Amino acid sequence: MSAVQEALPAVKGSRDATVRRFALTDSIFHGMTRAAAILVLVLLGGVAISLFAGSWQALSTFGFSFLTTESWNPVTEKFGALAPIYGTIITSAIAILIAVPLGIGIAIFLTELCPRPLRRPIGMAVELLAGIPSIIYGIWGLFVLAPFLQTTVQPFIISVFHGIPGLNNLFAGPPYGIGLLTSAMILAIMILPFITSITKDVFDTVPSVLKESAYGIGCTTWEVTRRVVIPYTRIGIMGGVMLALGRALGETMAVTFVIGNAHRISTSLFAPATTISATIANEFTEAVGDLYTSSLVALGLILFVITFIILAIARYMLMRIDARTGA
Amino acid sequence: MSTAASLHQSRKRRNGVMMTLCVIAAGIGLAWLALILGALLYKGLSGVNLAVFTEMTPPPGDAGGLLNAIYGSIVMTIIGIIVGTPIGVLAGTYMAEYGRFSKLTTVVRFINDILLSAPSIIIGLFVYELMVRPMGHFSAIAGAVALAILVIPVVVRTTEDMLNLVPNALREAGTAIGAPRWVVIRSVAYRAAMSGIVTGILLAIARISGETAPLLFTALNNQFWSSNLNAPMASLPVTIFQFALSPYEEWQQLAWTGALIITLTVLALSIFARSLTGRREDK
Repeated sequence: MSAVQEALPAVKGSRDATVRRFALTDSIFHGMTRAAAILVLVLLGGVAISLFAGSWQALSTFGFSFLTTESWNPVTEKFGALAPIYGTIITSAIAILIAVPLGIGIAIFLTELCPRPLRRPIGMAVELLAGIPSIIYGIWGLFVLAPFLQTTVQPFIISVFHGIPGLNNLFAGPPYGIGLLTSAMILAIMILPFITSITKDVFDTVPSVLKESAYGIGCTTWEVTRRVVIPYTRIGIMGGVMLALGRALGETMAVTFVIGNAHRISTSLFAPATTISATIANEFTEAVGDLYTSSLVALGLILFVITFIILAIARYMLMRIDARTGA
Repeated sequence: MSTAASLHQSRKRRNGVMMTLCVIAAGIGLAWLALILGALLYKGLSGVNLAVFTEMTPPPGDAGGLLNAIYGSIVMTIIGIIVGTPIGVLAGTYMAEYGRFSKLTTVVRFINDILLSAPSIIIGLFVYELMVRPMGHFSAIAGAVALAILVIPVVVRTTEDMLNLVPNALREAGTAIGAPRWVVIRSVAYRAAMSGIVTGILLAIARISGETAPLLFTALNNQFWSSNLNAPMASLPVTIFQFALSPYEEWQQLAWTGALIITLTVLALSIFARSLTGRREDK
């Protein structure tokens, strides 16, 4: 009896201590996780601030004309971003034009036509291909695709469109193999797995009841896809396309191999050109002088702003379709 | 023929045409990707021999291997993972456990998704401004930090997703026997979500082991063996980039072989990662 009474305060004391220790360790852990979450925000803020600080010299020297000048001359230190911006937008736009119809076609094939036992393997193969590093596509483009285009496809197209006004400018010049069109093709094959797997995922969110009722009134597979599945998933597909566009705009290595790194704007799709990321990758370590380096960082800032806007729109769209399937 | 019948015919024809186009699209896409992998295997395999794994990168026109580049890639990947994983797991833990319904979580999720697909060359520029410029020289540690920044968003995303899948009843059971919240997270939630979190880390390794752009002006490159973290270090992707664009046949062959090594590593990692979660889903 007395032993118990003596022991009680000790137990009570150690219980209090334990509770206090638990509360302390818990708040430490809570604080650590919160700090890590805030660090993610700090990272993106840090990227924006450091790019802005690094490009300040170039932006204050050239002002707004940096965006509208084509010349890029390290000797006279005159820098303008128009040619890389042009190359970036043209290659990404053509890549999207090639990859979107192909990607949606493959997604329709996988969800509607493919024999069931093949669905999982093909779907998985597509997802695995999305993870292959871009340098692999670059090396393939340089050693396999570019020589092939140079010796067979490009001379043929040039001779076919030779006499047609308009098109002869688009497909003009000696067939280098490398250039805008080759880069766009490499980008297209790179983003194809992204578009396919996102489109397939949003197609899978269509309630079977909707599709079955359309089949029930006698619609063909194409009509169900065109009138039910695609309208229902439009936002998701757009989100996926924007996400792929963000990838294409910022893609560095695959393009650097095959773009040709020429700072000029040419109407011909066969001409060598450059993109923002390829310019940075090619010239950054060799840049002499602060203004040169600063101009390259300014290119990075432009790319950051463009991709940030595109990716934000993409995420917003994908969040909306997520919210709908969750409801 | 009546109009109804001809309408039926034209609808059927249109369906046939469109579905054929879809099959052709799938054919083109898969054939194209198969061509790339085929060329990679064909050109890469012919250069695989013991020297690739035991000798240093050669000077132009000489035979040699990729040992220093492989070593550099492994070292920087490991440091990148060691630095990036704890931050990513902790941030994901906050989003799924402490702050599941807080405004901060919504913002972090949005920003994290943007970081996930931000161009990696931008991260390279960031680390250049952050570390290389103040230190005055390129270094392996700057390259590893750049890779760590790429690891974080991948790990955050998978950790949050996997912890959200853990049933609340498990957490409540832990809390009911008096365990404080962080003990519940550590011994219940982490344990239940373990294979998913590991999958995220493996996918992060797969992602960074092929990254070239963020290393170009952080770790630079090094033709010789170097284990000094404060000096430029070779890496497999940057070496491939340099060798592939060179005019020397030996270098180009090594570039193909290096490309094959990276691709097989990345594919093996992603298949292994998927098999971890795949097994769980089947249960």
